Amino acid sequence: MKRLTYPFTHEAVRDLKVGDMVLLTGKLFTGRDAVHKRLHEGVKPPVDLNNQIIYHCGPVILQDKATGKYTVTAAGPTTSIREEPYQAEVMKDYGIVGVIGKGGMGAKTLAGCKEYGCVYFHAIGGAAQVLAEKIDSVDAVHWLDLGSPEAIWELSVTDFPVVVTMDAHGNSLHAKVEASSAEELKKALQD
Amino acid sequence: MAKKMTKKAASKKTVVKKVSKKPKKVVATPKKTKAAPKKIAPKKAAAKKVTAKKVAPKKAAPTANTQKNLEASLLELIRSTSAVLPDDVQKVILEALEREEKNTTAEYAMNIIKANIELAKKKSQPLCQDTGTVLFYVNHPIGFDQGAFTKLIEKSVVKATEMGYLRQNSVDSLTGENSGMNIGPGHPSIHYHQHNKPTIEVRLMLKGGGCENVGAQYSLPYGPLEAGRDLDGVRKVILDAVHKAQGKGCGPGVLGICIGGDRGAGYIESKEQLLRKLDDKNAVPSLAELESEIVETSNKLGIGPMGFGGKTTLLGCKISALNRLPASFFVSISYMCWAYRRQGVELSGTNEIKKWLY
Repeated sequence: MKRLTYPFTHEAVRDLKVGDMVLLTGKLFTGRDAVHKRLHEGVKPPVDLNNQIIYHCGPVILQDKATGKYTVTAAGPTTSIREEPYQAEVMKDYGIVGVIGKGGMGAKTLAGCKEYGCVYFHAIGGAAQVLAEKIDSVDAVHWLDLGSPEAIWELSVTDFPVVVTMDAHGNSLHAKVEASSAEELKKALQD
Repeated sequence: MAKKMTKKAASKKTVVKKVSKKPKKVVATPKKTKAAPKKIAPKKAAAKKVTAKKVAPKKAAPTANTQKNLEASLLELIRSTSAVLPDDVQKVILEALEREEKNTTAEYAMNIIKANIELAKKKSQPLCQDTGTVLFYVNHPIGFDQGAFTKLIEKSVVKATEMGYLRQNSVDSLTGENSGMNIGPGHPSIHYHQHNKPTIEVRLMLKGGGCENVGAQYSLPYGPLEAGRDLDGVRKVILDAVHKAQGKGCGPGVLGICIGGDRGAGYIESKEQLLRKLDDKNAVPSLAELESEIVETSNKLGIGPMGFGGKTTLLGCKISALNRLPASFFVSISYMCWAYRRQGVELSGTNEIKKWLY
């Protein structure tokens, strides 16, 4: 088990390899479909994303009516491939060090990881409670006009468990499994 | 039609018994049914003056009470579905965990899944933040008021959303606006079926977007796989769909499949196959055989939990067939993630939960 602790750096993530199980401690910014679309349309992000990690997640958030304080009650990853058209661009334009999501991403993002020193962290899809437990606080929210699941939630986490499935050296577990399972499928179809 | 039901319920002695146990609730009913159903405040004051036994025989009396019971039962159904995986699903997940090789990312994923199932149950919070499409399946007797039932389902969905059992998950497709309440055209999705029993059964499935997105519909013959209009062709396209899904649907998953039907009916039926228990056996021998073969062969593909590579790609497969037109041959595939949230209840005459169905 490896650890990656805030402040994150491109040097530190370049040391990570596909298959590494990593515990993340520090800050994460949620951002999914609507955020990526808006960034792609040229709107500047409301926070400095340099050296930060974007988490593909639409959490369940409750707000205390008396204090206005937010708490996360469920926060697993959403499917990342929908951000494939935008992700490398966000890496280039805003200097992020990585993204967390599920299901993996494609060739364009993999090339982006290599060029800009980023990694793709795979969280366990559906494990919303285990992951929400690792969130210590909700520090801010931006672009709430996109709706709660689509907003940018600034979260502090401790020992957030992820697996590196795409690294900064051009390796992708997803590409590997897709190819090996395609071979098996070919055999099965011939049976 | 709702009145018919409640009359029927009122005629049963069980109502009176139940009622007398909870005098406070009953006493409030005469006021509620006649005037303002939303006002609950006067109930305490009234409770002292009127006894339950006097109230219960009045025909209109149980209406609001059974309505309140129904709201409570539906809310509990939603809470339980969102937070607790049914036993048959938990069983196959634990078996899958045992199968994975130690110290692999696949085993790591299954261990986190196991921990998540336990934690969600303990905290009574959503297993997965994507509480999905809210799909109700209601089996009801003849003379049932679907309109009134729909309104109560909607009310319970709003309440469940406010309580955080459901995420704000309903988006206007044209404006992108989130209603924040999970209500809107098509939401929640409610399917009514009349059956020849006096009881009402309500099943609920919460199906997340990740797994819904990897569903597929093939039209046979399907050239790229040389899949023809027979069960072998069906087998080929199902395996292709499993391969295409990789880990994107939060595997290991369960497939619900319909062979035949039109495009719409096929998808609806494929989802209804997911209401079957995982350990049941298909009554049609050729389909039973195909179900087992799909699971076995899919697991040989080695896609594994989350697509990390590993031994379990599918936890189950359920298939049925509808008639088709001579010109059409569809295979409709719904993929359900490991967070296979489905539960059901049989309601009592007074709309309390009489029995859990899974």
